[in-house]
Amino acid sequence: MSPDIIIDWLQASLRWGAPLILVAIGEVYSERSGVINMGIEGIMLFGALAGIAISFFTGNVLLATIGTMILGALFGLAVAFLTVSRKTNQVVTGLMVNLMALGGTNLLFALLSESRHVRVERYPLLFPESFSNIPILGPVLFRQPVSTWVALILPFIAAYILYRTDWGLNVRAVGENPQAAATAGLPVIKLKYQAVILSGLFAALGGCVLTLAEVGYFASGGMTAGRGFVVLAAVVVGGWDPLKTALVCLVFGAADAAQLRMQTAGSVIPYQFLQMLPYLITVIALAGVVGRSRPPKTWGAPYDPADI
Amino acid sequence: MTQNIEIAMRMEGITKRFPGVLANDRISLDCRKGEVLGLLGENGAGKTTLMNILYGLHQPDSGKIFIEGKEVKIESPAKAIELGIGMVHQHFKLVDTLTALENVILGIPSEHPMVLDLAPARKRFLSLCEEYDLYVDPTVETWRLSVGKQQWLEILKALYRDARLLVLDEPTAVLTPSEGEQLFKAIRKLTKEGRSVIFISHKFGEVLEITDRITVIRDGHVVGTVPTKEATYPELARMMVGRPVSMDRKPRPSATKIDPVLVMENVQANNDRGLPALKNINLTVKAGEIVGVAGVDGNGQLELAECIVGLRKRTGGSIRIQGHDVDRVMADPSFVGYIPADRQKVGLFLTLTVAENLVVKDYAKPPFTRRGVLRYQAIRQHANRLIKEYNIRTPSSEVQVVHLSGGNQQKVVVAREMSAQPPLVIASQATRGLDLGAVESVHNFLLKERNRGAAVLFISTELQEVMSLSDRIIVMFRGEIMGEMDGEAADINVIGQMMLGQVTEVVA
Repeated sequence: MSPDIIIDWLQASLRWGAPLILVAIGEVYSERSGVINMGIEGIMLFGALAGIAISFFTGNVLLATIGTMILGALFGLAVAFLTVSRKTNQVVTGLMVNLMALGGTNLLFALLSESRHVRVERYPLLFPESFSNIPILGPVLFRQPVSTWVALILPFIAAYILYRTDWGLNVRAVGENPQAAATAGLPVIKLKYQAVILSGLFAALGGCVLTLAEVGYFASGGMTAGRGFVVLAAVVVGGWDPLKTALVCLVFGAADAAQLRMQTAGSVIPYQFLQMLPYLITVIALAGVVGRSRPPKTWGAPYDPADI
Repeated sequence: MTQNIEIAMRMEGITKRFPGVLANDRISLDCRKGEVLGLLGENGAGKTTLMNILYGLHQPDSGKIFIEGKEVKIESPAKAIELGIGMVHQHFKLVDTLTALENVILGIPSEHPMVLDLAPARKRFLSLCEEYDLYVDPTVETWRLSVGKQQWLEILKALYRDARLLVLDEPTAVLTPSEGEQLFKAIRKLTKEGRSVIFISHKFGEVLEITDRITVIRDGHVVGTVPTKEATYPELARMMVGRPVSMDRKPRPSATKIDPVLVMENVQANNDRGLPALKNINLTVKAGEIVGVAGVDGNGQLELAECIVGLRKRTGGSIRIQGHDVDRVMADPSFVGYIPADRQKVGLFLTLTVAENLVVKDYAKPPFTRRGVLRYQAIRQHANRLIKEYNIRTPSSEVQVVHLSGGNQQKVVVAREMSAQPPLVIASQATRGLDLGAVESVHNFLLKERNRGAAVLFISTELQEVMSLSDRIIVMFRGEIMGEMDGEAADINVIGQMMLGQVTEVVA
């Protein structure tokens, strides 16, 4: 293997890992508050379409990004209303969101465009072109869109907020023991809403980054291809910790990038097997940590304020 | 007017109805400044509901609450905290994975919300620890603390919020006698400072010791309030239960059989966290005797019971029941009657009916099944016989167990476990949470088993009942048997010291 291929692969690993990290950060908060937002795959898909659509009509990627995040927050609000206020089953609610997203994005995309692909402007690079000439580091780190850098820095901020602020402590307490949090005077329901809304916001942002940073187009038929589900696994493997989860996301991103490269390189292995690679790694990683990582104590369980 | 100033808190005509239950029926009481008010009543009498209303966890259907003379509406715990009310629940409200200090500051907005600065909080916390002589390491994760320390932490949490009225719900249930003394010292200091304490309990001894006045609640209403100086034990018991009660040692015929039924040799086992919970336990229980296991909760009693009934793997040693290795005996449920400590999670299927629960050990055998099909007629007949025999109060055998009272749920467990007349009975915290009437009948059932010739292992954290029921008493501390003594001659002080791990003498 030539060094060029490896550099190219490393660069792509970061790019493919970035949207996963963004989605994962929101999901970590949501699950730490006790709510598994299984709908992130669907919200990601909506985010991917919204990013493209707004960018297509306005030609402004910043506007597209902000609009998508607002949309994602609204989805998060809906999921919070169902799972926290109405106490619906979190798995079923998530499945519903995902199925709705698959059909919904296909329909909306067909209304938006007659072709199966819409190409738009992508995110700009954060650093000037000249930085890319630095050997190895240049192409790997500096020939990256803004979004990659956001995804690399965000986990540190997220960890700080989770472990070193009032709000982070409150969210952790709510997911572990909502009754104790309530008797300490915390607004449990409100905190859960905030965490779930964040997960929606970041899931949509992740989808938006997938289209506006990576591929630059939207393709109907579920273009997120289960990446939201991979994130759900990454959060478990990462032990509900922002930094570890981000690291796991990078590994998945690397696997994704590797299979794409192997496909185009004309490997003898059928491409369907290569496509399976990231998901296979997910399953193996999950099997490896089961029993060792401890979820928040009320993970996935509804909270009833009347239970004391 | 001066009288008003003395009253810290007054509740007037508090009524609270839950589906099917009138938990509080026009309850009125008051707590004066600087006093300890005892709230005495059986389980289910409505004490905890009343205090949850005071703490804003429940809303009353009607009634008024006055704090320092002013009428208040307490719609949330946050509001209660603001009004200077602190509450230590019977089941602690601590977040296990957070440190002691994090639990204390939880819900208190810090000066700079973006920086969780623990240093000033730690300083204040440690000074409170010193002031009230209740030390807890602020940096330790809460799940590592003993239950006694968790209790201190709950009290410190309330004091950190500067509670002027502190509600303690059954605080001594989890304490050793010396920790109880420490608690009482802290309570006396609190009242000297002009704070008030509401002390909820169903133990007369400590209520008589620590309180200034006692309000007795029965079936959701106030039976009466008496100054502690004028109160007597039999009078309080009569008020609480509604009839005279006796807590004396039960008379019994001397044992006739002496064959060992349960023999444990060098048994070792781990707890759920993988730490050693039983260290070289050697114990023999003979036919026709009740062996009482005393000790503070969490000193290996649960693991002991689970090892004997095969729910927990041993890491060493052997257990034999009537000479058979326990691992083989477990396949046959008729060998051991087991009353688990957590009847709702381990002892019963709450959503199944009384009849179904009574047959879960035998459902696969005739006459309850034929060719793989359950025969409900036989199951119902069996249930009706046991309901009568064990005096289970239920509308019918077809009612879900979840709808029965705690005492009657326990009777379902006892009936199922005893009806096969097993040679060995393990009763683990069999009376926990039951009212006095139900406690008495559980005691009588166990005594009946003993007189029939069963070997009975009676595990309890209530020293009183261990002493009144046992033929022999062993004391457990940190997974070891500290000593053994005769039930007739046992000295409560010696047992108390052994519960703390201070071996003074071992009476063979």
